[in-house]
Amino acid sequence: MDHEFAVEARHTIKTFGRGASAVNALDDVSIGIRKGEFFTLLGPSGCGKTTLLRCVAGFETPTSGTILLSGQDITSTPPNQRRVNTVFQSYALFPHLTVAGNVGFGLQMLGKSKLEVNETVARVLALVQLEDLADRLPAQLSGGQQQRVALARALAPAPEVLLLDEPLSALDLKLRKAMQIELKRLQTETGITFVFVTHDQEEALTMSDRIGVMSGGKLLQVGTPRDIYDRPVNRFVADFIGETNFLPAKVVPGGVCLKTGDVLSVPTGDRAGEVAVAVRPEQIGLTSAGGGTLDATVVEATYFGTDTHVHLQLSDGSLLVARVPSAQAIQPAKGDVLGLRLDTSAMQVLAP
Amino acid sequence: MSRAPRSRGANGWLLSAPALILLLIAANGPLLIIAVYSFLEPGDYSGVRWIFSGDAWFRILFHRDIFDGTVSLADANLSIFWRSIKLSLITTLITFAFGLPTAWFIATRPAKQRAIWLFLITIPFWTNLLIRTFAIMEVIRNQGLLNTALMNMGLITEPIQILYTDTAVLIGMTYVYLPLMVLPLFAAIDRFDFRLIEAGYDLYGSRLKVLRSVILPIIKPGIIAGCILVFTPSLGAYVTPRVLGGGKNMMIGNFIELQFGQGQNWPLGAALSLILLLSVLVALTIYAAVSRREKPS
Repeated sequence: MDHEFAVEARHTIKTFGRGASAVNALDDVSIGIRKGEFFTLLGPSGCGKTTLLRCVAGFETPTSGTILLSGQDITSTPPNQRRVNTVFQSYALFPHLTVAGNVGFGLQMLGKSKLEVNETVARVLALVQLEDLADRLPAQLSGGQQQRVALARALAPAPEVLLLDEPLSALDLKLRKAMQIELKRLQTETGITFVFVTHDQEEALTMSDRIGVMSGGKLLQVGTPRDIYDRPVNRFVADFIGETNFLPAKVVPGGVCLKTGDVLSVPTGDRAGEVAVAVRPEQIGLTSAGGGTLDATVVEATYFGTDTHVHLQLSDGSLLVARVPSAQAIQPAKGDVLGLRLDTSAMQVLAP
Repeated sequence: MSRAPRSRGANGWLLSAPALILLLIAANGPLLIIAVYSFLEPGDYSGVRWIFSGDAWFRILFHRDIFDGTVSLADANLSIFWRSIKLSLITTLITFAFGLPTAWFIATRPAKQRAIWLFLITIPFWTNLLIRTFAIMEVIRNQGLLNTALMNMGLITEPIQILYTDTAVLIGMTYVYLPLMVLPLFAAIDRFDFRLIEAGYDLYGSRLKVLRSVILPIIKPGIIAGCILVFTPSLGAYVTPRVLGGGKNMMIGNFIELQFGQGQNWPLGAALSLILLLSVLVALTIYAAVSRREKPS
């Protein structure tokens, strides 16, 4: 029987501590991660994303709920019997084994023949471009090389699912960018389901097929990077992913009314009363005063090369940021009054 | 100007002279005397006669019949060596078997508790050896704590003879040398990165395989250090086999003492002491060789 989901969590709750000090690291999380997908669990530290990953790996047992691997209940299966491998944040390479020894470890534990181990190790090391370092010890490698060894070690036994616990967080920016592309390539080449944990929203947006945003032990939203960026379900998601301006407003017939008195005709869905209107900085265009939806005063303009970040103040005192191309006709300067062109179809009306 | 460094050098020698003299006279001097004595003839009642003789070294391994002069292996000596090595090896194994879980337990306690547990492990170590040995005697003798308890419980009708057996010596040595095993093991486990265990499980290792392929190889320097720290004094143990072994189950230490006392053969005692020293050096060389192999340049 073919299952759509490589990994599934059903109503998973994980509580740490007891009594009054008990904390729900996972608060009724249900999620389905599809086969062959690059899935990212995104959230701030302490949101429960690593706990969920550890429940899938088998290092934590959920307090209640079920974890399934290809449709099979593995909630109480020990980690060494799950066809799941982890790339640890600290890499956790075996210091007494060479690169080849580390990469071959899983295959050896599975009882593969020496020939098969050697062949697979050579193939996987080639995949991560470390053939020349097979006989080195981990201590003799750079951080980036150790990272690749950790990756090769987890890939070598060809797991059904590869779990990656913030594997790039210890690398410098340039190396991190290179590894992002590398990881995506490896995932496409091997076809293995990747479950990637990160707190870096940019990393999540660029690499993932789908993203699950978590906060406070709850799964807030699951969707493609575009879904999550364009249609955040709440203020937290809108704020955590990308930059967003929130304007307090009230739902009126035909749209929302800002504190300034201006009415914007945006779809409000079934929301009523007090709301927050989310506007991405790049969705704001500048024009001459009176020429836009509403007017604002320039507080500050910061030049960033291709973009200029313009800090604006509305007549009610609320602040917002616009990101406009530096090459446009209007050059905003401090104190200028400008008109704002708002793309009302891209704006989101969220709970305040 | 150019004289300053030279005079400083001379001062350096002068300042380190007390330490050097102490090292030469107090540490290596007696050793030299032992080495010289081992090549002399025994005196009539004690001491030595200043006549060169290799007899002491010969008598360690061989026995010359006093009537017909035939040479045979000195079975009595060999059995003492064998017992010493055997009991020391078993002591090392038992202390390791008890020491590893103990050290693991301590190393996995919260940082605040560790000092207390380590203190508890080392308290006996600061207590007089003779008192501890007699305490064990009190526990295992026929009318002692253990036998009385077992008889009162009705588990046995006759007391078990433990005192004055090899078992008694083993119990005593295990008790005395356990801290020497626990401390280096603790130091090694304390440095151990426990996340590696998760990595081992994650890569399909069972508990036993992770222990064998990950934990033991990484804490190996601690294991070797502990084994040498236990094996070395066990081999030369004197008080424990004397008190708990009852004098008839001798180990090398008692045998050496015998030569300087009742046996009145100082050269043989000196030669035996050097043999003991040599075995320790061999053990240390093995340790150095193994730990060098662990850290390739």
